[in-house]
Amino acid sequence: MAHGPKPGFTRWLYTTNHKDIGSMYLWFSFAMFLLGGCMALVIRAELFQPGLQIVQPEFFNQMTTMHGLIMVFGAVMPAFVGLANWMVPMMIGAPDMALPRMNNWSFWILPFAFAMLTSTLFMEGGAPNFGWTFYAPLSTEYAPPSVTFFIFAVHIMGASSIMGAINIVATILNMRAPGMTLMKMPLFVWTWLITAYLLIAVMPVLAGVVTMMLMDIHFGTSFFSAAGGGDPVLFQHVFWFFGHPEVYIMILPAFGIVSAIIPTFARKPLFGYSSMVYATASIAFLSFIVWAHHMFTVGMPIAGELFFMYATMLIAVPTGVKVFNWVSTMFRGSMTFETPMLFSIAFVILFTLGGFSGLMLAIAPADFQYHDTYFVVAHFHYVLVPGAIFSITAGVYYWLPKWTGNMYNETMGKVHFWMAFVGLNVTFFPMHFVGLAGMPRRIPDYALQFADFNQIASVGAFLFGAAQIVFLFNVIRTVQGGKKATDEVWENPEGLEWSVPSPAPYHTFSTPPVVR
Amino acid sequence: MATESSYYVPEQSRLPIFATIGLFLTAFGAASWINGGSSYIFFAGALSMATVLWFWFATVIKENMQGLNSDQLKRSYVWGMGWFIFSEVMFFAAFFGALYYIRTFALPWLGGEGDRGSSNMLWDGFQNTWPLMVTPEQAVAGDSAKVVGPKGIIDPWHLPLLNTVLLLASSVTVHIAHVYLKKGKRQGFNLWLGATVVLGFTFLFFQVEEYLEAYQQLGLTLESGIYGTTFFMLTGFHGAHVTLGTIMLLIMLLRSVIAHHFKPDDHFGFEAASWYWHFVDVVWVGLFIFVYVLGA
Repeated sequence: MAHGPKPGFTRWLYTTNHKDIGSMYLWFSFAMFLLGGCMALVIRAELFQPGLQIVQPEFFNQMTTMHGLIMVFGAVMPAFVGLANWMVPMMIGAPDMALPRMNNWSFWILPFAFAMLTSTLFMEGGAPNFGWTFYAPLSTEYAPPSVTFFIFAVHIMGASSIMGAINIVATILNMRAPGMTLMKMPLFVWTWLITAYLLIAVMPVLAGVVTMMLMDIHFGTSFFSAAGGGDPVLFQHVFWFFGHPEVYIMILPAFGIVSAIIPTFARKPLFGYSSMVYATASIAFLSFIVWAHHMFTVGMPIAGELFFMYATMLIAVPTGVKVFNWVSTMFRGSMTFETPMLFSIAFVILFTLGGFSGLMLAIAPADFQYHDTYFVVAHFHYVLVPGAIFSITAGVYYWLPKWTGNMYNETMGKVHFWMAFVGLNVTFFPMHFVGLAGMPRRIPDYALQFADFNQIASVGAFLFGAAQIVFLFNVIRTVQGGKKATDEVWENPEGLEWSVPSPAPYHTFSTPPVVR
Repeated sequence: MATESSYYVPEQSRLPIFATIGLFLTAFGAASWINGGSSYIFFAGALSMATVLWFWFATVIKENMQGLNSDQLKRSYVWGMGWFIFSEVMFFAAFFGALYYIRTFALPWLGGEGDRGSSNMLWDGFQNTWPLMVTPEQAVAGDSAKVVGPKGIIDPWHLPLLNTVLLLASSVTVHIAHVYLKKGKRQGFNLWLGATVVLGFTFLFFQVEEYLEAYQQLGLTLESGIYGTTFFMLTGFHGAHVTLGTIMLLIMLLRSVIAHHFKPDDHFGFEAASWYWHFVDVVWVGLFIFVYVLGA
């Protein structure tokens, strides 16, 4: 067990080490983040002016679709799994993940799945062009032939997610060091445990819905075709039964990361630990009974509209508990503003903003105006970019010294933060206005009166993109060298991960530590 | 060498990357085959997947026999299998949910009921019935319709009832086999497990019989509207799971008969397969009630 990594590239192919696999997940996710980001820049470049300048509408649709799919399944989810791989065993005092070979399998499926998905761009008829939500019949009767490859890519990335989630559940429930009771676990571990349950529950439903599509397209079934007695709205119900828990899969681990960082830099223990755990569990439960708030305009009975409206609003309660706890943790703390803390504070403020626009969208009668406009785009980018992306970035800065043994460049980190912070607000804030004024989403051309705000948004997008280059540069510099980090890295941080040397040895906790 | 308390973390392994390549070839091959390409890639992928899984399980069994697997590690397999079965439950839930939605909401609305009844204007004269013998398209276009309902459906009280008895019995026999194994009586274990495998194959035989009857005599096919869709997708995926479960149990039987695997206190491979078997049994009870009896 005392061995270090094997030399050569087969180390990465054959590895069973949670740290190796975590690093691969994180690098893969960053590559996908850049790829999906470039597609977003194509979108923003086209929308800089009304009319068609750069791309054709058909290709524009492929860009919006692939941007969404790549960011959700290729960037955000793998990044969280990468952080879980690195941190969960170290946080609970385990020697590795519970099922190390399956762990490797879960990772390596992803590059193959995304190679398959992006190869559709070069196929006859082009890539999927029906939006990342792939509503039938756009994705069935009117889909390009490449939809079959999309379906199978979703199948294998789903298999990867389910195996990854099972691994995390087994690790957390079975591998905790003696004395690490459930209510002593760091919140990142708690949020990941709950996220893993969400994944196991809904990824099979996604597999089910793409299977129905496949059967409708190629084998003559009538799931989504009214001519045979089916219903296209059925697609939306099954998809969003997966889709709503899915959006919480992309935010719950973020809550865990921020709950680790804020106490460190506020130099106070986390306020309301147990209420954080219960709030996370409540949010996860509620995520299963709100799915039709994505479908207020399809013509549901009034009872359905009301149920899904109230259930959705209920989510604001546990979420409010969390925001209150983060703010209370900072209240009267001796705060310092290192890069991870900056990203975390921005997370709290901007995620709350995204939450508020979510509350607006939850009001069924008002949603009829917002539905399918740029207001929705603004809303979910506010919860995903400063929510998921900022928390991942914060986590990377926070734990990077532990991973590499070197401190990152703080000045460059702050430059990255301010560029990203300004960039994202300039990009997404104006979208609220054009959305309320009626600009529809997923459209390559727009009416003249939206031109100003769209130009501002496009400028912000390129600034946000440039910020990521600073990030990449900073991470590479830190991996290569720099000021040595101490074992504790920060001032009195809480958690087992800080009790091991920096950089963390290849194998940690081969004999479990005792937690008091 | 691992001590009693330490958790065995395998060093490096070629299995997962080969499994990845196998899975990728299977998925890519299936997609190109369905899109009109050749089937070679798919079969090459499926074959390599099967080979990798063979070696993967062999490795795990060998490690267990070398005493590398602590009790704690074995619990990881227990958690893993348990939650895998739960994910399968959710897969079926999607299809049961679709059946429920179609019958409770979509078809009544298509038939003009409630405030959503305006959609009936598109399919004038369509009547909501279940089983759906006349599709909305047929109601409008008559004989020129492309999606035509079935002429007859499967009577739940013949083959399906027999299959219910067979599958419920097989859950009992696999349990008796487990009891014998825990008592260390290999003869009884082999016998009752063998009986379970026979019951599994018999079930599959009758299921094929039923499909032949549906296709050849009743005009009930995958393409006969939403009834045929839900009927074949639900029973078809269940049948695929029974096939897999039967193969799993057969392999457990061969491991016991040929290689004398399994000890009274250490036999999770068999136990996992038997859990899977109970799971497909429960799904069948759901199918018998919601697809066959309440669908007739």
